[in-house]
Amino acid sequence: MQRDGKDLRIPVILSVPMQILPLWPVSAALDLLARSLLRAHPEILRRIDKYQNHHFVLDITDLPFILQLDPARAGLRAFRRGAAPAGDARIAGTFAAFLAMLHGVEDGDTLYFSGALQIEGDTSAVLALRNALDDAELDLSAEIASALPALSAPLRAALAPLERLTGLHLRRPAQEVY
Amino acid sequence: MELVCPAGTPAALRAAVDAGAHCVYCGFADDTNARNFPGLNFSRAELDSAVDYAHARGAKVLVAINTFPTAGNEGLWRSAVADAEAAGADAVILADPGLLAHAAEHHPDLRRHLSVQAAAANPDAINFYASAFGVRRVVLPRVLSVDEIAAINREIDVETEVFVFGGLCVMAEGRCSLSSYATGRSPNMNGVCSPPEHVDYSQEGGDSVARLGGFTIHRTHKGAAAPYPTLCKGCFTSEDKTGHVFEDAVSLDASALVPRLVNAGVTALKIEGRQRSRAYVAQIVRAFRAVTDALDAGRAPPALALARLSEGQAATTGAYAKTWR
Repeated sequence: MQRDGKDLRIPVILSVPMQILPLWPVSAALDLLARSLLRAHPEILRRIDKYQNHHFVLDITDLPFILQLDPARAGLRAFRRGAAPAGDARIAGTFAAFLAMLHGVEDGDTLYFSGALQIEGDTSAVLALRNALDDAELDLSAEIASALPALSAPLRAALAPLERLTGLHLRRPAQEVY
Repeated sequence: MELVCPAGTPAALRAAVDAGAHCVYCGFADDTNARNFPGLNFSRAELDSAVDYAHARGAKVLVAINTFPTAGNEGLWRSAVADAEAAGADAVILADPGLLAHAAEHHPDLRRHLSVQAAAANPDAINFYASAFGVRRVVLPRVLSVDEIAAINREIDVETEVFVFGGLCVMAEGRCSLSSYATGRSPNMNGVCSPPEHVDYSQEGGDSVARLGGFTIHRTHKGAAAPYPTLCKGCFTSEDKTGHVFEDAVSLDASALVPRLVNAGVTALKIEGRQRSRAYVAQIVRAFRAVTDALDAGRAPPALALARLSEGQAATTGAYAKTWR
């Protein structure tokens, strides 16, 4: 993959079906994920500290919807583009860039320097969120399996082929890849 | 040669140790720390665990308590020194003469390093800190040439530590109040040059605009390399000229100068970046550990290609080998 995630985008074979997905099951699953993740990693909220009540808009530019994170209420919801609330801070970038940062493969500042990530709004809140998530050493696939146990087995089976298909870092590397 | 590496979080500390850091420096999540950013730094309990993790793997931990105590509030800084010692830290990095005196008197067995924030840049100043407060190592400001560092080392008996990678401060460190004019806050008293609550990023037309305290510091085309909005590296227009007044938006990379720094008598190489992620820390530490390992083995150090990780994605050797404008 392009290391900065700037040019790698979700393949059309996956992004087109997403456009017709109804949002309510997506939001319900995301809410479950956020609740489970924050319960398992309470230090995230401690590090976000006074920005817990902020609304973070996560604009994953190759997804057909925009996410809004509400840490204090452990909420993560999807909105159609154009219908998303403004929020207190906005982070925009490709799914590849978000995943690489979340999984400790890429440095957030480096992604910003290269233009692969843009931020707007409350910069302090963005830093608090970025630093909290970096310290938590998350593995998104493991968190999804934990939040949605029914998906655990199919996810485990699909992970490696999906990574090959998409080039995305869908899980935290077992070993450092730098 | 000792490699001194940054850690803004416990995860970054583990990444640094695992990547080969001889030494990791970190700080508490309060005003005692010159990297007092949201979401960063260590609680007392986290420092205890971090010291255990590092020591179990043969690495040292230094605690930076490197801002200047405010009148009537000295207790916060004094308790930070006591807590660092209680956690088993190998040294504290201090800048304030009063706090140094307190540490020397009340924590005589705790090794004391002089922070770059003290701006000790000549033998007289360094020898004063060594004799008055028992300082064992001084972190030199980033305004000296390699020849000047060699000259200093000939006239002092304490160790010297120099920055080799990361943010480049071009001012007399610990004395700079430039950001105070734009934000009312300074690195010396509040621990940050560009306080994030005063930083604003926006997309305007086809440009990415970065402002500090309402002042536009950089305007770059969307998708182009962008630096932090730091006043000393800002791009300004005066009359009909536009350019960088103090320094370009670049970071320090002195990796190619490490053999000369060794010959100049330097004991430790410091990497800046406690505000960066564990991915950054691991990558830079691994690269510089290859350099120190090569030198220890008598081999030529490898050339490093780290510019993409740098602010503005461009690097300089700073004052070590520079003809100033």
